[in-house]
Parts: sequence; structure tokens; C-alpha cells
Amino acid sequence: MFYTVSDLIKQSQDYSSVAELMIVTEMENTSRTREQIFALMERNLEAMEGSVKEGIAGVKSVTGLTGGDAKKMDEYIAKGDFLSGQPILEAARNAVAVNEVNAKMGLICATPTAGSAGVLAGVLMAVRDRLDMSHEDQVNFLFTAGAFGLAIANNSSIAGAEGGCQAEVGSASAMAAASLVIAKGGTTEQAGYAIAMTLQNLMGLICDPVAGLVEIPCVKRNALGSSQAMISADMALAGVKNVIPVDEVVETMHRVGQQLPSMFKETAEGGLAVSPTALRLKKEIFGDDKK
Amino acid sequence: MGDLRFNSVFDIIGPVMVGPSSSHTAGAARIGKVVHDIFGEKPEKITVDLYESFAKTYRGHGTDVAIVAGLLGMTPDDPRLADSLKIAYEDGIKVAFVPKSDKVDHPNTTKITMIKGDHKLTVTGISIGGGNIQISEINGFKISLSMGTPTYITVHQDVAGMITKVTQAFTKRNINIGTMTVTRESKGEKAIMIIEVDDKQDQKEILEELRSLKYMDNVTFFE
Repeated sequence: MFYTVSDLIKQSQDYSSVAELMIVTEMENTSRTREQIFALMERNLEAMEGSVKEGIAGVKSVTGLTGGDAKKMDEYIAKGDFLSGQPILEAARNAVAVNEVNAKMGLICATPTAGSAGVLAGVLMAVRDRLDMSHEDQVNFLFTAGAFGLAIANNSSIAGAEGGCQAEVGSASAMAAASLVIAKGGTTEQAGYAIAMTLQNLMGLICDPVAGLVEIPCVKRNALGSSQAMISADMALAGVKNVIPVDEVVETMHRVGQQLPSMFKETAEGGLAVSPTALRLKKEIFGDDKK
Repeated sequence: MGDLRFNSVFDIIGPVMVGPSSSHTAGAARIGKVVHDIFGEKPEKITVDLYESFAKTYRGHGTDVAIVAGLLGMTPDDPRLADSLKIAYEDGIKVAFVPKSDKVDHPNTTKITMIKGDHKLTVTGISIGGGNIQISEINGFKISLSMGTPTYITVHQDVAGMITKVTQAFTKRNINIGTMTVTRESKGEKAIMIIEVDDKQDQKEILEELRSLKYMDNVTFFE
């Protein structure tokens, strides 16, 4: 088992790929066979595909606070007249779609959490045809992301209640960036730089859910996570390095997470959650707080 | 490295679940499923007490819907999950939710009571994040059941010799029992054994053997 991102990069040299190292590690840690492990991951991929498709078609959340934005973005992209590029817009659209489905109690695959589930699925569905990825390539994309995600999770956190949004969307974005680099033919070192750049850019992002719900700002934060993942991957592939080593950045995110006041860690007691509009919405949805 | 918090790729990629929250929805459904498995039959009446964060946000997160889905036997990825209240209603099961203002140890706590005739089961469960759960109380007895340890739970008649017969199933397979809790509703009524073991081997055979015992109502295995 690997512990840090550097361990992972080093150990993966003895295997054909990061995904292969992850599968072998999983076989060692559980009593599952390669076929069982692969089938489990295929099921995750299937859920991701389903949620992207469902969200783009247009959904509305249980509370009515979110939904329909992925559909708008899809129509905007279809017109072909936009500022940024098509792949990055599609990634953001997909990411929004997944989290809109999440908010309406639809089926999603948590990566690493439900609140950040759009990021990885979003980028994968945006690049898979462009990179001519086979079904197996796509499943391996998830094993690669999971491997880098484990190294982040074990040295920091992936829960908003522990580390803020940087731990959820930040971690999701970082592992997506790393997997994108590998899928595009980059090196594991470049994947490490992509993680470092991503976490560095999302450092300090607070978790401030309006009315305590996984809707505002969570849905749009997934657009941020997916687009940053694409930019970080492209920068790393361009040869851009990061001065602060990746494991020090992960460690820093952990430290910052601990230092964040609890009002910024999923308690809905700070940030956007206490804006006048948020407080009004909370009252409308839940009624007065009878204490 | 057994002391790592996350060991499996599926801790990071997965679970496949019905949204919106891994702790308030997936974890809640998992608690319900455990209670369903222990109870072992269709209840007539369900009472769900909700505490702290569960009590405050259960509607928005679908915690109520998720718990009932679990109580009906659904897993967190069941596409019918969102319709659980309707399914329970159509099945003639009475469901009551009671938001409580009492202070409890963990913010995401629920106490579930299932009733069918004389058969009554009360279980307290907590959702500790990322869809992971713990069971902290069964029929008023404090226990600490973390999913992740192979655990057998039996529901049986409170008659002499049951403990010996049950533990024999493990002894003869050389499986060590780590912890064991025995409780009962009242003398001669339903009793429960919670047995944590070190090894999940021969799980199928053990379940068969325990289920075939006289006076045994239901046996479930969790890990």
C-alpha cells in the first residue's frame, strides 16, 4: 500500500500503470478477485454515465433550490458561440448535471463524496471520446483517480465537516486532474504537479451550504472543480511544474482545514449560509427553528 | 498499513447512492437496512426518533425517506429509495417521525422502533460520515457496533442453552469471538446476541447452522 502521492508515483514504476498498482493493492487489501474489483468499478462508471445524462436532460431538486442549469449550459454549448473551449464547458456542464441529480435524490457515484460527485464524472465524460478511450480505459481512469484520491485522503481529509469544501471539491478536482494527465499520456510526475496546482488553487475553500443542503453553492462548486482539473492537467502537460512539492501541498490543505473555524465546515453557520437570502430560504424550507 | 483511514479504492470512488448526502442519506439508509435485517420480518408500525442535525435537516436531505427505505430492506443505491414513504404506506406500514430536542453524543443520531404484534425492536444508529455508520444501542443496551468488523446478530427465544449452541458454531471452526453482548426483552421472551468475530470465514455455513437451531428466529451477518 502506498501512503503519500510520492509513494504512489514511486511504487507505480514497478507496474504497467497507476491503475494496475491500484487494482493489485485492492486485491491484496480485500479478498476480492481482479474480476470482482473491475466489475465493482464498472458499476460506478455506469452510475456516473447515468447521472450525467439525467442531469443534462433537466431536473429539479427536492427543495426547488437547484436544477435545470446543466440543461441551459447544454443548449448554450449547442449554439457553438462561447468564450471558453468546448471540452471545459462540457466538463462543467456534466459536473453541474451530476450534482443537480444528487440534489433531487437521484442515483450518483460519490467521488469522493456525494457533494463533489460531479467533478470526476464530469471531466471523464467530457474527454473520453476526444481521447478515444475504450471502456477499459475509462474504468482505469477511475482506478487512477481513486489511487491519487487515497493518497490525498490518508494525508488530509475528504469530508467537508473536517476540512471544508477544499477537502471535498478540492480533493475531487485534484484526483480528476491527475487522472486526466495520465489519460492524455502524461507522466506520473506531471500528475503529481497537476494535483499540487489544483489543491494550491482551491486552498481554503470553505463549506457553507445554504440551509445545510447539498445544493447552494455545492452544485456550482462542481463546475469550479471540473474546470480547474482540466486547466491543471493542461498546465502540467505543458511542462509547468510546482515549486511546493505535492505532498507538502496536501499536508498544507490538511493544516488549513484544521485551522478553519467550524462555521466554515458544513455547519451552515457561516459564509453564504448566513447571508440574508440564505436565512430566508432556510425559513421557507424548514419553517422556524423551534428550540 | 492497517492504521490508514482509507484502505480501499472504493472508499474514494463510490458508493453508488441516491443523493444528496453520503452521511444524511446513504448512511441513514444503511442504518435502516441494519434494523430491517435484525428485525427479520415486515413491521406493522415504525417510529423514527431523530436527533440534532438529523432532526433539523431530515426533510431537505431525505433522511426520513432514506431511513424508511432501509427499513423496507433497500440499500442506499436502490432507485426506489425516493418513493419509500409511498411504498410503506401502500404496504399498510404505519410510520411516524419524531424530531427530538434531547442532546445526544453524535449529531447524526436516530432511534428506530419496529413493532409487529408482540415483537418489538429498538435500535439507535449514528451516521459518522461518508456513508459509514455505527449502531450504539439495541433494545436499551449500549453496544458499539461498527460496520467493518464481521458481526453476527441473532434474535432468538430466551431459553437455556442458546449461548452454548451458538458459540459452538464458531468454536468448531476455530473462529475467535472478539466481543459478545447478550440482551433480552424480558425473561423467556425474545433475546438478542451480538457477536463480533475475528474472521469472516465459513459465513454461509455458520448462518445456515445458526438459523436451523430450535428457538432461533433470525440471524444476520454484517461486515
